[in-house]
Amino acid sequence: MTDRAGAGTLILGAGVAGVTTALNLRDDGYEDPVTLVGDEDRAPYSRPPLSKQLLSGRLNEDDIHLCRGDDLQLRDIRYLRGVSASTVDLVARRVLVGADWLSFEHLVIATGVSARRPAGTYPAGSIHTVRTVEDSRSLRAQLDRPGPVAVIGAGVLGLELAAGIRQLGHDVAVLGRSRHVRLGRTGEHLASLVESVLRENGVDLRLGCEPVGVATTGSVTGVMLADGSVVPATTVVAAVGSTPRVEALVGTDLDISDGVLCDEHGVAAPGVWAVGDVARWYDPDAGLARRVEHQATAIEQALAVARSIATGEPSPPIVPFHWTELFSQRIVVHGRLNADLPLTLLAGSLDDRRFVGATLHDGRPTGLVGWNMPREFRQERARFDDLAPAHR
Amino acid sequence: MRVNVDTAACIGAGQCALVAPDVFDQDDDGIVMLLNAAPSEPEHAATRRAAALCPARVIVVDESE
Repeated sequence: MTDRAGAGTLILGAGVAGVTTALNLRDDGYEDPVTLVGDEDRAPYSRPPLSKQLLSGRLNEDDIHLCRGDDLQLRDIRYLRGVSASTVDLVARRVLVGADWLSFEHLVIATGVSARRPAGTYPAGSIHTVRTVEDSRSLRAQLDRPGPVAVIGAGVLGLELAAGIRQLGHDVAVLGRSRHVRLGRTGEHLASLVESVLRENGVDLRLGCEPVGVATTGSVTGVMLADGSVVPATTVVAAVGSTPRVEALVGTDLDISDGVLCDEHGVAAPGVWAVGDVARWYDPDAGLARRVEHQATAIEQALAVARSIATGEPSPPIVPFHWTELFSQRIVVHGRLNADLPLTLLAGSLDDRRFVGATLHDGRPTGLVGWNMPREFRQERARFDDLAPAHR
Repeated sequence: MRVNVDTAACIGAGQCALVAPDVFDQDDDGIVMLLNAAPSEPEHAATRRAAALCPARVIVVDESE
């Protein structure tokens, strides 16, 4: 059957990008039907705590909901849970969800990503990834047992996991292929400082190595490296990137070579939008399109698209923002730190581990980093945003 | 409008203080400080935006009051 009443806005994905889009459509005065489709059979939840507070036990599963109780119902948002889109037909403007075709005027793709498995020999169940509540719960249960832990991947998620697991008292090794840790797009500006913090806190950083599989004798005993050595571990966690979830879009005219290609306003095709981790928005400042897997960007994109759908106006550009916390070091980045430019100190000092820095192009910041210096960071950021129209 | 913040869960990203500086500030550790729990009408839009942008989602806006 075809559900004609479903015309209006159909949002695929009930993570932070999808839910924020839905709620803000209403905040922006949108009165047509809004339908939110989520493949997990539970209330929408926030993902950052899965690798942080949920693992540490500071929050539990009931603390991470994206909205309260009947918020969606009260805002007249239809939430279909435990189902996903299998086919998207952009010509007929309808989507097959379960057994029903749902029509749309606007389609918002917010399907997110799935955790990538590392290349090599990893039998089913031998490694953990962290993307869903179930993943986090299963890893936490495993961490209740003593034993060394290996984290494969030295990007932001791998480092956050390593820090969190170390703070639970485990010996932790981080295995990374690259020569340095990778903290988002901060280039190597922060790598050595981050590496010092991790090492001082007892994380065994093994960079420039190549994990090729797990060693097992019944249960997991370690991670095998290409040089033949074995890093002992009873728990192995992989954080080696993600794969955009675009299966339902195969066969459409959309460019889904790496997520959903969009212009700088989130438009993938007329009336078709993408937000969050799955979206590859054109970044006019960088002159290329790329996916940004940070929650702040997912939220900003959702606010922008909701506003565009509700008002018909194109959204202003989004400045990337992300934050992380490693062993009580709070690191925030606004804009784009340019790996090819030196880091100029604007306040504080690197030695004190309290500073605000920037990469400057023609005297103007392309991006800012704040390290344990929230006030000064905010002041510099306000100045940065005032300059924004000129350097964007 | 009534605003509540959960300072224990705040991660100090400072989005709120930037977006709605008349309603939120940060202490020296970056943790949110609520300056005005009942913002007036002109501040409502910025307050909602601050709540939506909070990465730790510790700002709760109750519109019923």
